[in-house]
Amino acid sequence: MLKLIVQRLIFSVITLTIVAIVVFAMTDLLPGDWATAYFGKWATEEGLAALRDEYGLDRPATERFAEWFSGALRGDFGMSLSRKKPVVELIRYRLRNSLLLGGLASLVTIPLATLLGITAGLRRDRKADAIISTASIVGMSTPEFVIGTLLIWALSVGLGLFPSMTLGNPDAPIADLLPNVVMPTATLTIASTAYLLRMVRTTTINVLTSEYVEMATLKGIPRSRVIFRHALPNILLPTINIMALMLSGLLGGTFVVEVVFNYPGLGRGLVDAVSFRDVPMIQAIALLWAVMYVFFNLGADLLTTFLDPRLRSLRG
Amino acid sequence: MNSLSAVPVRLDQSLRWFAQIWRSLRRSRQGTVGLMIVIIHMLIAVTSPLIVPYSPSDIDGKNRLAPPTREHPFGTDSFGRDLFSRTLLGGRAAIGVALLAAAVAVIWGGLLGILLAFIGGRVDEVAMRLIDALLAIPGLLVVLLIVVALGTGFGVLILTLGYAYGVSTVRVARGAALGFVARDFITAARARGERKGAIVRRELIPNLLDVLLVEYVMRASWSLTAISSLSYLGFGIAPPTPDWGRMVFENQVLLAISPWGTLFPVLALSSLIIGINLAGDALSKAIGLDRSREAPT
Repeated sequence: MLKLIVQRLIFSVITLTIVAIVVFAMTDLLPGDWATAYFGKWATEEGLAALRDEYGLDRPATERFAEWFSGALRGDFGMSLSRKKPVVELIRYRLRNSLLLGGLASLVTIPLATLLGITAGLRRDRKADAIISTASIVGMSTPEFVIGTLLIWALSVGLGLFPSMTLGNPDAPIADLLPNVVMPTATLTIASTAYLLRMVRTTTINVLTSEYVEMATLKGIPRSRVIFRHALPNILLPTINIMALMLSGLLGGTFVVEVVFNYPGLGRGLVDAVSFRDVPMIQAIALLWAVMYVFFNLGADLLTTFLDPRLRSLRG
Repeated sequence: MNSLSAVPVRLDQSLRWFAQIWRSLRRSRQGTVGLMIVIIHMLIAVTSPLIVPYSPSDIDGKNRLAPPTREHPFGTDSFGRDLFSRTLLGGRAAIGVALLAAAVAVIWGGLLGILLAFIGGRVDEVAMRLIDALLAIPGLLVVLLIVVALGTGFGVLILTLGYAYGVSTVRVARGAALGFVARDFITAARARGERKGAIVRRELIPNLLDVLLVEYVMRASWSLTAISSLSYLGFGIAPPTPDWGRMVFENQVLLAISPWGTLFPVLALSSLIIGINLAGDALSKAIGLDRSREAPT
């Protein structure tokens, strides 16, 4: 067991290092350096020289990577190009806002998708399944910006229930953000519930057609007991990994939804940073997302190992 | 595995394979509906330049934000451009990019995955670690970064989307190929002394075509969502080319005054992606990939 945990931790560290190299390389090695990208066609010789000097862009990439990565490990992501403030200060509140949005969306999505998925699986090929499955294909197929736009049309323009845009700054108190968080949460919930419930449905069907469930049924155990005692744990276990993947996506903030509602989270920050070619901001947010992804995957792996007696004895 | 899985390489037999897939799609109602939607969209995409009543950039100054009329069946946008023409034309660029990007994704991801399964050992292990690490970076983020640096030319969009969505195809193709690598006919081919390239080309790839086809359909739907989202954000298909994603962005602020400019592109884009997914779902069930249709082991 301990060996397994250590092994997983080492793999996570390796993964993160590779991700850091890729993120740095992608923002750094593409044609033109930061300075030219940042100034674009308004570049002047003096401006370029000053910026290159300030950020030490003349040094070799490996040296700058080492400096950036060791800084990032200590929580220092350098200075933002466009705002002339430490990146950490600029993304702190955005991270909080994205966590609020993603947290709320996950709180609704996970129980809802589990319930709908198991219902569809239990009533496979019957009316309830047909309705749920068709709705999930529609929800999964519709792009997030379309769901968001339709919600704005129905709930803001039509019924005047919620504001369609967030106008406050990223550091606004959470209470001020609450009315603004409803529609982005609904958008994310629709999109991710549609996706997750399909997985849960498939798992449910696999478990229900398995030999041990058949065996339990043949032994005359009541249906409800078969479902809750024999099937449910085996349905929930494999979905933990998918849920972790979804959580890391939701908590990081999906940039399309944040842009639709002008919600001041990490995603919106990233799109702004990309428009301004604010490389330190881009690097910080990209790395933060990857950290969440790795963290949640690691967590899900360890949790499933811990919960599943087969895995525990097999590899521990 | 069922009969569809053994796919020989000869032309007449490939045609039979396609005919079989077509029939199995038609057998399910879901697949038929999906297929019909996709076919209608493809017909519109191909013929729209010949049938649209106006040029997408023609401005009718007297009719701005007009509701649907006989003259303008879908109304006009804030410039007075005909929304019917723009909606019919608005999928062409995105569909083209998505179909080609999905092809790029399946070709590189599929080939690499099959090769890794075949080679195995240390190379496979290291490569898969790298793929896992790359999966930690969101696909759309990669595309955004590359597009910002290299511009939004069609070539750049196709290659970057194809790269980003091919990463997970490597996993899928490798997983599917692993099921064949240890089977008798591969062992027999090795024993006959066939070259590795020949085994991959003549034995492995033909057997994995159905998996790759389902992958292609899925990647096409993802790529279409991604390219439309990029256009919505302003990093995708650039004006003056009409595009559904961009149209939604341009007309969204006018929802309260004139919803037509948003609703028609929304309807067009969503129906196409729903159609692709319905067809893809039916296809994977017909081929036996859907785990829910598998016999319990």
